[in-house]
Amino acid sequence: MSLLAELSYWQQTSLRVVGGLAGVLLVAGTLVYLHLFKMVSFMQSRLGPMEAGPFGSLQLLAEVGKHLQKEDIFPRKADKFVFAAAPFVILASTFLLVVVVPAGPDAWFINNDVGIYLGMAVSSVSVIGILMAGWGSANKYSLLGGLRATGQLIAYELPLILAVVGVVIQAGTMNMQGIVIAQAEGEIFGWGGIGNPYILTQGVAFMIFMIAMQAELTQAPFDMPIAESELVSGYMTEYSGMRFLLFFIGEFATAGVFASVASVLFLGGWWAPIPGLEWDDNTWNLLGPIVLITKIVILTFIVFWVRFTFPRFREDQLQRLAWKFLIPIALANIVVTAIFKVWI
Amino acid sequence: MSDFLRSYLTVGIFGLVGVALVAAFLGIGAILRPSNPTEQKLETYESGVDPTGDMWSQSNIRYYIFALLFVMFDVEAVFIFPWATRLEAYALFGLIEMAIFVYILLLGLVYAWRKGMLRWV
Repeated sequence: MSLLAELSYWQQTSLRVVGGLAGVLLVAGTLVYLHLFKMVSFMQSRLGPMEAGPFGSLQLLAEVGKHLQKEDIFPRKADKFVFAAAPFVILASTFLLVVVVPAGPDAWFINNDVGIYLGMAVSSVSVIGILMAGWGSANKYSLLGGLRATGQLIAYELPLILAVVGVVIQAGTMNMQGIVIAQAEGEIFGWGGIGNPYILTQGVAFMIFMIAMQAELTQAPFDMPIAESELVSGYMTEYSGMRFLLFFIGEFATAGVFASVASVLFLGGWWAPIPGLEWDDNTWNLLGPIVLITKIVILTFIVFWVRFTFPRFREDQLQRLAWKFLIPIALANIVVTAIFKVWI
Repeated sequence: MSDFLRSYLTVGIFGLVGVALVAAFLGIGAILRPSNPTEQKLETYESGVDPTGDMWSQSNIRYYIFALLFVMFDVEAVFIFPWATRLEAYALFGLIEMAIFVYILLLGLVYAWRKGMLRWV
């Protein structure tokens, strides 16, 4: 806190905004390059982009440059205001969510006691953006895609929230920083060698969270809203040029942010059990972001691995999985966790 | 201003940063991109043929009942979170109270399930 404590609120906030921009955009760019350009290419026995920069690492910048020069087409029949506003809402919701994620003992955006509660609340703002895009386009495919997305996102919102309750019971706090500390100082039935990353004691909740996260990000096998073989490109059909790319950036940025929330809740966030390392706030302020990004890359690797491996669900199978399977299991997980918490 | 309210100010600022970022991207694009709207280009896309009928066509929203169920469970989540943070203090009393609360809400899901509301009709 030594450095930050001397700064006024506005100076601190400016630093945090810079950190947030870097956190969202750099992580999103890394994920696009690592997972979308390279991982899927290797899975399909090809090299992926190789021309722009070393091993194609500047491909994304080239794409941005290309899309900046593309014409911005507003369909004649579209609801102009809603159509134009949708990308704003989607990217704003990503930035509202990143605000709850801590990256070190002092490297946080907000240190608020409602932390994860706030995060779960603002994470659903993107539904409004997607519905706006679907409705504003005045296109039959877009409308269907937007409605499908809404049905899917509200169905998987619940397992996501209920899975988090198990973690909150164990940590005894909703503060994201508190959840990290609780995992660092935790013990598994009296053994504290590696702390207690909640993936070990909340494994069921972790599985539910990952499945629901996959659905919230509308990645395959939950990609009915943009199902390209049925709905062209779903709610993004009428978007072109930069606006289309913004949806794309938003998708990957949100994947990164959701993965960072998952790593804070289940993998110990910025903390990692490093043997022989004395606890020192400044050390963790430096190591924290690196540890967190490593965990983000691992979790998003799973998300995109699943995405490129499994075929799409049918719409009714999707709703059935959420309502008849995930929600009852999540409720059972809460009850079991609560019983353990009270008796042990 | 208290730290608590200030943290919400930070949340608001981050929301504005998201909006500003989109505005910046589109603003830079506005300088670089051409604008040549032709009659054909502004037509709604419908797999290459001329679009027919009303664009906001009616479709059967089969999951409106899910939206009602969602409201029910979302309210449950709102109440369950504060309870979860203080479970150690409430101990057995809190456990039984919440068991009753969850049971009542679960009845709603079971009712909808038995009535076939969760089936694709």
